[in-house]
Parts: sequence; C-alpha cells; structure tokens
Amino acid sequence: MYIRSSRRVHGMLKLYYGLNEEGKTVDQAESMNPCDINGTHFDPEVYLNKLRRECSLGELMDQESCMVKQIRSLDSDMQTLVYENYNKFISATDTIRKMKNDFKKMEDEMDCLSTNMAAITEFSAHISGTLQDQHAQITKLSGVHTLLRKLQFLFELPARLNKCLELQAYSQAVSSHRRARCVLQQYSHMPSFRGIQDDCHAIMDKLAQELRQKFRDGGSSAEDLSECVELLLQLDEPAEELCDKFLSHAQSRLEANLRGLEAETDILEFIDRGCNEFVSSLCLVIASYQELFVNRPQEGNLASKDIPHMAIGKLHAFVDALATCYFSLVERRIQEEKSVGDNSLLVRALDRFHRRLQAVAKLLPGSAVPSQGTEIVVRAARERIKQYLAALQSFYLDSLRDVRQALAAPRLGGSSAGELLSSLSASILNQIKSVLASVHLFTAKDITFSNKPYFKGEFCSQGVRESLVVNFIKFVCQSSRQFCESAGDRGGSTPPALLLLLSRLCLDYETSTITYILTLTDEQFLVQHHSPVTAVAALCGEARGAAQKLLNHYVKVQGLIISQMLRKSVETRDWVNTIEPRNVRAVMKRVVEDTTSIDVQVGLLYEEGVRKAHSSDSSKRTFSVYSGSRQQTRYAPSYAPSAPMDTNLLSNIHKLFSERIDIFSPVEFNKVSVLTGIIKISLKTFLECVRLRTFGRYGLQQIQVDCNYLQMYLWRFVSDENLVHFLLDEIVGSTAHRCLDPAPMEQSVIEVICERG
Amino acid sequence: MEDDAPVIYGLEFQIHIIDFDDENNIISKSVLQHQAGEIWHISASPADKAVLTTCYNKTSESRVVTCGAVWRMPPEWESGSHESPDDPHNSHNPQNLELLCHLDNSSHGNASCVLWEPMGDGKCVISLADNHALLWDLTESSTQATISSSATLEGKGQLKFTAGKWSPHHNCTQLATANDTAIRGWDLRTMSQIYCIENAHGQLVRDLDFNPNKQYYLASCGDDCKVKFWDVRNINEPVKNLEEHSHWVWSVRYNHSHDQLVLTGSSDSRVILSNMVSISSEPFGHLVDDDDLSDAEDNHQDEKTKEPLQDSIISTYEEHEDSVYAVEWSSADPWLFASLSYDGRLVINRVPRALKYHILL
Repeated sequence: MYIRSSRRVHGMLKLYYGLNEEGKTVDQAESMNPCDINGTHFDPEVYLNKLRRECSLGELMDQESCMVKQIRSLDSDMQTLVYENYNKFISATDTIRKMKNDFKKMEDEMDCLSTNMAAITEFSAHISGTLQDQHAQITKLSGVHTLLRKLQFLFELPARLNKCLELQAYSQAVSSHRRARCVLQQYSHMPSFRGIQDDCHAIMDKLAQELRQKFRDGGSSAEDLSECVELLLQLDEPAEELCDKFLSHAQSRLEANLRGLEAETDILEFIDRGCNEFVSSLCLVIASYQELFVNRPQEGNLASKDIPHMAIGKLHAFVDALATCYFSLVERRIQEEKSVGDNSLLVRALDRFHRRLQAVAKLLPGSAVPSQGTEIVVRAARERIKQYLAALQSFYLDSLRDVRQALAAPRLGGSSAGELLSSLSASILNQIKSVLASVHLFTAKDITFSNKPYFKGEFCSQGVRESLVVNFIKFVCQSSRQFCESAGDRGGSTPPALLLLLSRLCLDYETSTITYILTLTDEQFLVQHHSPVTAVAALCGEARGAAQKLLNHYVKVQGLIISQMLRKSVETRDWVNTIEPRNVRAVMKRVVEDTTSIDVQVGLLYEEGVRKAHSSDSSKRTFSVYSGSRQQTRYAPSYAPSAPMDTNLLSNIHKLFSERIDIFSPVEFNKVSVLTGIIKISLKTFLECVRLRTFGRYGLQQIQVDCNYLQMYLWRFVSDENLVHFLLDEIVGSTAHRCLDPAPMEQSVIEVICERG
Repeated sequence: MEDDAPVIYGLEFQIHIIDFDDENNIISKSVLQHQAGEIWHISASPADKAVLTTCYNKTSESRVVTCGAVWRMPPEWESGSHESPDDPHNSHNPQNLELLCHLDNSSHGNASCVLWEPMGDGKCVISLADNHALLWDLTESSTQATISSSATLEGKGQLKFTAGKWSPHHNCTQLATANDTAIRGWDLRTMSQIYCIENAHGQLVRDLDFNPNKQYYLASCGDDCKVKFWDVRNINEPVKNLEEHSHWVWSVRYNHSHDQLVLTGSSDSRVILSNMVSISSEPFGHLVDDDDLSDAEDNHQDEKTKEPLQDSIISTYEEHEDSVYAVEWSSADPWLFASLSYDGRLVINRVPRALKYHILL
C-alpha cells in the first residue's frame, strides 16, 4: 500500500516536470503493465503472484539473484551521484555569502547620492527667483515688437496693394487685404486707421472692378476664370450673381456650338460634332462650375451658407435649358433621317449620342438629361420601326404592282403564275429578313442603350414583333381584302389572276410563312412577352379569312365575266324568229374556252381537289338523260291547258330529291371547287336569262344544242357532274316553259351538230 | 287582306286573288282569266280595289310585244263563294277581267311596268316603256287614257328601263327609275332628270323601293347580289350595303309602317327579312312618351330603349324551291308578307313575334 501511494506521488511529480511527455511516450503501453518492473504502474503483489504462478523454483531462484544483483548496482550508482554533487553545493554556499557583503556597500553609496541631490534643488530655486523680473520685461518687449510689425504692415498695405494691382498679382492682394480687414474694421473709429481702411477699400474696389472686367471679357481660359471667381468670392461678391454671370458666359459659348450644329448634314457627323463640341464643353462647364461653387470648402464667415444648394439649382436649370435646345435639334435631325437603307449609321449615331450623355450623368447625378436622352433614343427607335413598316408596306405594294404588270404583259418568257408567286413571296420574305436584321442593330451587345429595359423588353415584343411584323402581316391581309372590295362596282378592277395569286399567297402565309416569320423574330430578339401579344393562331386565322375572301371574289369575278357573256347572248337575240339550229353558238365555245383557260390558271396555283366518281363516259350518259324520255314527260303536260299543276308537281317532286344548290357557296382551296363555283354562277345566270325570254320552236332547239355542248365539255371541271346536269336540265326545262311551240329536237341530231362543233 | 299574284301556267294566264284569313289561318283564292297574254307586271289602283293594271306579253305574227292595260275585276269575285284551297279544280270556268282601257304605247315600245300614283285618286299612272316614261291621265271611270307628258332617256346604245318606283314623298312629284346599272330620279312636273346614280350596282338593277317615312331614302337591289340603301342627296356612296344573298336579288320592299323592316327576295330561293335599325326613321327604337308609362314600368322601359340596336338579319326563309321573284308586305297587316317563286309557290309569313313586340313596346 505504501509503495503504491508513493508511486502515485512520484507520478504526479513527473507530470509536473513534464517528464512523462519527454521520456516515456514510447513505452507508454508497457508502463501500463503492472508486471513491468520499470513501469509506473508496477504492482509488486501482482508481479510476485505472477512469478510464483509461472516460474519453477529454479527460475525463481535465478530471478531473485538477478534482482539482488540489480539492486546492488543501483545502490552503488546512487553513491557516486551523491559524491559528485557535493562539491557543487559547497561552491554555491560561498557565492551567496560574497553577495551579501557587496549589497551592504552599495546601500551606503545611495544614501550619499540623495543628500547631494537635495542640495542641487535648493540652488536651482534660488537662481530662478533672481531671474524672474528680467524675463517678464523681455516678454513685454517682444509683444510690442509684433504689434509694431503689424502696424507697419497696415500702414504699408495700400502701397503694397497698389503694387500688387500693378503686377496683377491679384491673389496676393486679396490675401493681404483679407488679413488686414478685420483689424481695420475693429479700429475704424481711429482716424488713422480709418484712412488706411478707406484707401484699402478704394483699391480693393478697383481690384474687384478689374476682376469683374476680366471675368466679363470671356477671352480668358477656364482656369483664369475659375481663379477670378474664387477671388471675387473671397471679396464677398454675391455668389448668386457670380453664378449667373458664369453660366450666362458659358451659355453664349454653348449656344454658338449649337448654332454651328445646325449646318451639319450627315447624321453621324452631326452627332459627332454635337458630342465633341457641345456635350464636352457642357461637361467642362459643369465640372468647373462644381469646382467653383459647389465643392468649395464651407467657410463659416460667408453670409449665405446655402451657396452649394443655390448653385446646384442654378446649374440644373442651366443644363436643362441647354439640353432641351440640344435635344430638340437632335430630334429634328433624327426625324429628317428617313431613308431606311442603312440603319447602322443611325444606330451608331444614337449610340454615340447616348454614350456621351452618360458623362453628364456622372457629373450631375440628379439631372434628367440622360433619361431624356434615352427617351429620344427610344422615340427614334419607335419612329424607325414605323418607317420600316411603311417601307415594307410600300415594298409589298410595289411588288404587287410588278406582279400585276407581269400578269398583264403577254407571256414572253413563260413567267407562269406559280413562278411569280414564289418570287413574290421570296422577295417579301427577304425584305422582312433584311428589315429584321436592320432593326436588330438596336439590340446589339456593343450598343450602350441596348441594355436599357425598353430595348430588352418592350422594343422586342411591342415594337418589333407587334408593330412591325404583326402589323405587316395584318397589312398584307387587309390590303388583300381591299382588292375584293374596291374591285366590285366602281372601276379599278383587279385582274382575276392577281386575286388568285394573292389568295394562294395568303394561304401559304396561313400554313407556314406566318409561323416561320414569327419564330424567326422571337429567336432573333429573344422576345420575352411581358404584355399580351397577338397569337400566331389569330394571325393565321386572319390570313385564312383573307385567302378565302380572295378566292370567293375570284370565283365571283370570273363567274361574272362568263355570266355577262351568256346574258348578252341571250338578251340580244330574237328567240322567237330564229332559224333552225345548224351549229353550236360561238358564245358557248367561248364559254368552254374561257373555262378551260381558267382551269389552267387555277391549276398552276391550286391542287386538283376531290371530285365525285363518275362513269367512263359522262357526257354521253347525262346528255341522254336530260333530253330523253324524262324530259318529255316533264314538259309534255304544258300542251294540255287544263292540267297546269302536273308540271309543278313533277318539278317539285324532282327538286325534293335533288339537293339544293347554293350558287355562291364558300369555295374550298382547290381547283375543282373553284371551277365548280364559276360554272354554277354562269349556268345559273343562263337559267335566269332564259326565263325572261320567250322562245320559238327553233329557239328551244338552239338552247338544247347549246346545253348539250356545254354538258359535253363542262362536266370534267366540276366536283359533282350531277350539278351541271341538273342546272342544264333546268335551263332546257325553263326554255320549254317559255316556248310558244315546244317541239324538242331529236337527240341524235343534237349529237351530230355538237360533234361537228 | 288580299294579295294579288301573277302566275304563268302554260298558255293560260290567270290572276289569282288569294284571301288569307289571319284569325283562322285559312287561305282561299279566286281566279280571274287574263286572256290578253302572259303577265309580267301587275299593280293595283290605290283608290279602287277592283281596278288594276297589268303589263303583258302579246304574241302576234311571231313577234312578242309587251303592252300595258287597265282592268276592272268583275264585282262577283268578292261576294262569290271562296273555293277551298284543297280543291284547285274548282277554278274552272273562271271569270274574265273587264278591260277598261289600253295604255297604248305601240310607238314607244315595250312596257316594263305601270305605276299608280301613290295614295292618289286612281287617275294618274306612269308606264315605263323601253326608254320612255309616260305619264297617263285616266278619266273618272278609267275607260280612257291620254298621255299628259313623257320623258325620254337618251344615250348610247339601246337603253331600257328595267324598274321604277313612284315616290310617295314631295307631293308625289318624283319618280325613280332603273336602267342597266344606273338609278335615275325624275321630276314629274318638268319631266326632267334630277339625279343619276351611275353604277349604282355592279350589274343590272332589278328593283327599287322608297322608304315610306324618310323622303330621301331609297333601297335598290340587283344582279350583284347586293341590296343598297341610298340617300339621294349624296349619290356618291350608298348609306348601307347588304350582301346576304348568293344570287340576283329580284325584289326589295320596305315595310309600310316600320321602315326598319326590309324584305328581299332572290333567285337563290331565299327570302330575307332584315332589320335596318340604323337607317330607319326610328333609329333609337320606338320613342315612348313618359306620360304613358306607369311608374312601375318606368325602369323596365328605360332599359329597353337604351339598348343599342344593331342592323341584323332577322330571319331567312327557305321555303321556296326555286327562284323568288316577288316579295310584298300586306297592306292591311304590317306584320304579314308574301313571297312568290318561279315554281308558282306563294308563301305567306309573319314577322317573328319577339321582334314585333320589341318594335311595338
């Protein structure tokens, strides 16, 4: 037990001296072993038990002798250590004793020193007491001397000022005067000082006069000017007046600049000159003005403490007024820039204009000038878009005029409608692309104003997309519609081929072009739609409407031309007294020819379309139906005077089973539908005209022949041949009604005549 | 309640007097023989309901001539028993019309129509013959007609009047005629032209009608499928265009009392009733006197009159199977009208009840 506690104390000591860290870190693991005889945690009991348990008697004996041997060597080691250190202890004791003696000697010497110091202090006090009187006298004398120097300065002041005036060393004069001014003011009740003060005032007035003169002259440089102003300010000149003078002086120079601008013709040069002359000198004026009036250190004695405030106000008013002049000039100049050929010039000019104004913004933070400048740029951009729209529109109209001429001109090189259409739409598309490219310059990265919110957002979506592209597409649709309206009644009719071509153009727009153009725009301008924009579908709908209207109108016009021919042919003839038909009337051949040429014309631009299936020999079959037995039964009752109802009954029953014919029904976008429409209109006219006339026997037969001829040739153009059949049937039927002597011609004879041509 | 209707049945020409009993919804007809020839135009005297004029085709020596004549219907047709509509064969042995006089104008060409002086005493008629307008004076019994004055249209080519209308305004001193695409106005006192709307329609003008309440307003229709409304004081532009028909418009009629109702008939077999409020004499609807209204109704009425009224198509009647050549309002009931088509079908229709009440209230 004892050993364990003593070991613990030993461990604590070791810990204190840090030995544990230095020496035993390596065999830390071993030291934990209670059987390690050299370890800190050595437990003799455990060790002994362990030995007893593990070792044989021989081994124990060996262990014991070994341990005794070790103990013995340790004892001898300890003895040598004690001997070695003994001498050291002896010498240390000697040293300490010697030190004691030395300290005692030093104490005596210190006592002696303190007595000496006291004696010195006493002497020094004595000396200063004797010198005090003289010192006061000297101080007084030096005060008088300074006063005299000052007085001398005052008396010499007028002369000095005069000299300065002569040498034009104004600043020196002003600083001298400033130094003397207060004193003079203070002692002005004494006549001599009053004299000096008056003199000085006179001189300074003169000086101020001279400075003002110099200031007013204007010939001096900006630095001179600013020096002048500074001096004048120090002379208590009213700052407001100085500001005004300074500004009016600058104004006259700037206005001269502006006047110089008006003569400039080229926009880029105009802006350049404006920037270099006007804007830069404006900046200079602002800078020096601020230096003089605004940024000067506050001087408490100046009466008006709000000089900077007042001065800034004046400066703003001044800059605003001049900028307004400048802007109005610039705007007028920009408005003159009407040619839409090269946009880059304008954009560059605007960029420069805008860039230079930023300098003003830096100099004069609160000013409205830069934002006004931006507004001008925005307005110019808007104006530009309008001009481009107008240019596109006039280009479109010009192209149309060319197409019109090409259509009207006789076919020389065979420029067919299809080629015209493709060249027209290609040139329009190219024009749109080039315009987009020009407008795109406004948003180029290197242009300073392109990162303004307007140019990022509204310009792209509202400006380019809506005002330019969408409006142009709308214009195309509307102008196409106008062709339908103007051409109707009062002259100036549009050639039908143009109507057809435009209709196809609008249809193409609906199917692909509009989507393409808008996608292109959106991609180029990265349009982000903050505000609602016209949907593609709406535009497509409009284009389709226009295409439909044009095609309807085309059908109407063409139908009208053929109708007119038929009408004249029916109205001008005396059908009662006509001769027996020998051949088909020329007008019918003409009708067939015209229809054929229309068929070709439409075929160039529109697809074939669907038609109802018909038999292999339609002309034959339908012909035999309408002049065959059924026809006979249809108008046979009209012989009998007492049975009028039968006719009506029969025709009504017949009509019940045939579909109603819409004469001007909407046309579909294909050839067959167009031709069907035209033929319907023509035949209906034929029918109505026939009903207004009275026929003789041969008149009826002539109509029979004509209708047969039409039947032979027209069925192939229409979607449903029954339609032609039905209308021709009606015509012959109505003619028979209107006939005084209805004796129809033999079918075989009719065929012979028709085949003869 | 009667409608005169010209119908051509083969070689026999008759005038049918259709009587429509509104209350019982019964139609009955009387048939009168018109032996002179096929009838192209018919109009009744405003003074004597038994007197009428016709324009008819006369075929002689393989020449067709159109003549005009004044006729009196035999007195029996009125008192005589009406046949039932189901039995058309009762119309055998019809009575003949009594000829009063010929409007003999063989020297002036074919008559296209005869017009009575509106609201006159049945003594004045105008006939349009080729390019002449002839003003006739009839004697008391209408047995004799003399030409009192005439006007002639002169110009290039063969000009021919196709339609005409005697204006009920200006003391009945104005006449409007149509030839080809032009509409002309005539002053009957001097028989001289007062206005001319060249190219009033793209194609032939088929019919004219005067607004019964607005003296300068005129409706016209034609082969360009349009109905146009004109203010004859400004003949450069029509006041309004209607483009609802898909073929020639043959007839246009203003309602006699509510001139916003316009009826048109076309050879696309349709009859269209339009409500032209914006150019009618009652553009803001029927003006209601405040005194007539009880307080309870006041608010309700105000709302109604303030509603903005739009020109609109009221309805399209598709009962006809063939071209419609004539439409006419009833002179007795302003809400009733008839239309006649090529196949001889006469259709009588009423203005939709909702619209009627809207106009009346």
